[in-house]
Amino acid sequence: MTTKYTKDHEWIRVEGEVGTVGITPHAAEQLGDVVFVELPDVGASLKKGDEAAVVESVKAASEVYAPVSGEVVEVNSAIADNPGTVNEAADGAGWFIKLKLSDAGELDGLMDDGAYKEFAANEG
Amino acid sequence: MSDQALKRTPLYDLHVALGARMVPFAGYEMPVQYPMGILKEHAQVRERAGLFDVSHMGQARLTGDDAAAALESVSSGDLQSLEHGQQKYTLLLNGDGGIMDDLMVSRPDENGLFLVVNADTKDGDFDYIAKTLEGRAKLDRRDDRALLALQGPAAMRVMQAVAPKAAKLTFMQAARADIFDVNAIVSRSGYTGEDGFEISVPADKAVEVAEKFLSFDDVEPIGLGARDSLRLEAGLCLYGHDIDNTTSPVEASLLWALPKVRRERGDFPGAERILKEIADGPTRKRVGLKLADRAPAREGADVADKDGNIIGVVTSGSLAPTLGEPIAMAYVTPDFAKTGTELDILVRGKARAAEVVKTPFVPQNYYRG
Repeated sequence: MTTKYTKDHEWIRVEGEVGTVGITPHAAEQLGDVVFVELPDVGASLKKGDEAAVVESVKAASEVYAPVSGEVVEVNSAIADNPGTVNEAADGAGWFIKLKLSDAGELDGLMDDGAYKEFAANEG
Repeated sequence: MSDQALKRTPLYDLHVALGARMVPFAGYEMPVQYPMGILKEHAQVRERAGLFDVSHMGQARLTGDDAAAALESVSSGDLQSLEHGQQKYTLLLNGDGGIMDDLMVSRPDENGLFLVVNADTKDGDFDYIAKTLEGRAKLDRRDDRALLALQGPAAMRVMQAVAPKAAKLTFMQAARADIFDVNAIVSRSGYTGEDGFEISVPADKAVEVAEKFLSFDDVEPIGLGARDSLRLEAGLCLYGHDIDNTTSPVEASLLWALPKVRRERGDFPGAERILKEIADGPTRKRVGLKLADRAPAREGADVADKDGNIIGVVTSGSLAPTLGEPIAMAYVTPDFAKTGTELDILVRGKARAAEVVKTPFVPQNYYRG
């Protein structure tokens, strides 16, 4: 199982050919209290960088992008009912979608844990 | 904004020490939230009390025998009747009847009128007032003062312990009072819909006063994020969003800030347009909207009738933390402004059902004695 990160602060944890996608605790903290989440339809086909979901804090809406290409095989409806879960457990129970990867090679372009930590720390 | 360095209020270091997230706002580095977070800060003000730094706002004195009449000539207020100890909400109007700013005008003492205007507009306002009223009244900016707001149901209890004289003020009264031995101008008003006080103190005393208020168990520091959600629930306009240079008091549903005596005299800027709109109705009207599901509608979202025709636009929108549902302010064509009218708001292209509701969205809780 590997976890990779994007420069837009999404994480993807891959098991077999399915990757679970969420936003990092750093991103959740920057957003502040999450009050609304809009999730894609199961079956939607996303290309790397496509808008996968919308997450709204009290102040503003932000997009969650697909870290890699794939088909949405599951969405976390629990966070639609309890958006605060994204703040409480961004890297766990606060996941957004599960993607069936169409090109596992795209993962190579993403950051690993150490590289992301450095990236997030330097972003200021 | 230019690339000028952001300004800081006298409380900047205190905000940072309290763990605030600082963001640029109206040319200042201001706290948008503290570690508590916007939702808890919002609830804190609704249930107990919060302290806001609003020192970025513009404070000034207007003096001269003719000051009140002079200020009337550029505004909507009935200011000649403003008695010692009173405060009024007034609109600065341009020649086309648009709103240049909304401001508080009070007479807290014998030293003339005391003005508080919005941060983003203060330089323009003060230059305009000084120039336009030259020879009739003298405007002195009071950039040497900080402004704090203590808001919430527990604000009165706190003020009774600090300055019993100030605690006796009722809504929209203002007076001089000693706050922790600091000579302050205190008004019973705010921007949250709750009972509370706005407290103007010399800048070099601001940290001391703020820290002493924060030492009360009932008081927590509150950022601009919760200030915005609180004022929206209270149905209060945010200048530059819900009202601006193009919106008239009639369109903005702020006709109460243009009292009858001024309407009858018709001696305010933009009278031609405004009186015509009073007689014939405006072409758009500010309303409150409540959305049926949880997706918040933001500023700029189109408002459509049930046939899909665009009939308005959202000017402020957010989840209402107290209600747990999204609310918005919007301008719509008058045919759709009636309470109970069903509309759609287009959120990211998707029609979301909404209904025109009365404002405030959350009942105001002012102290009227």
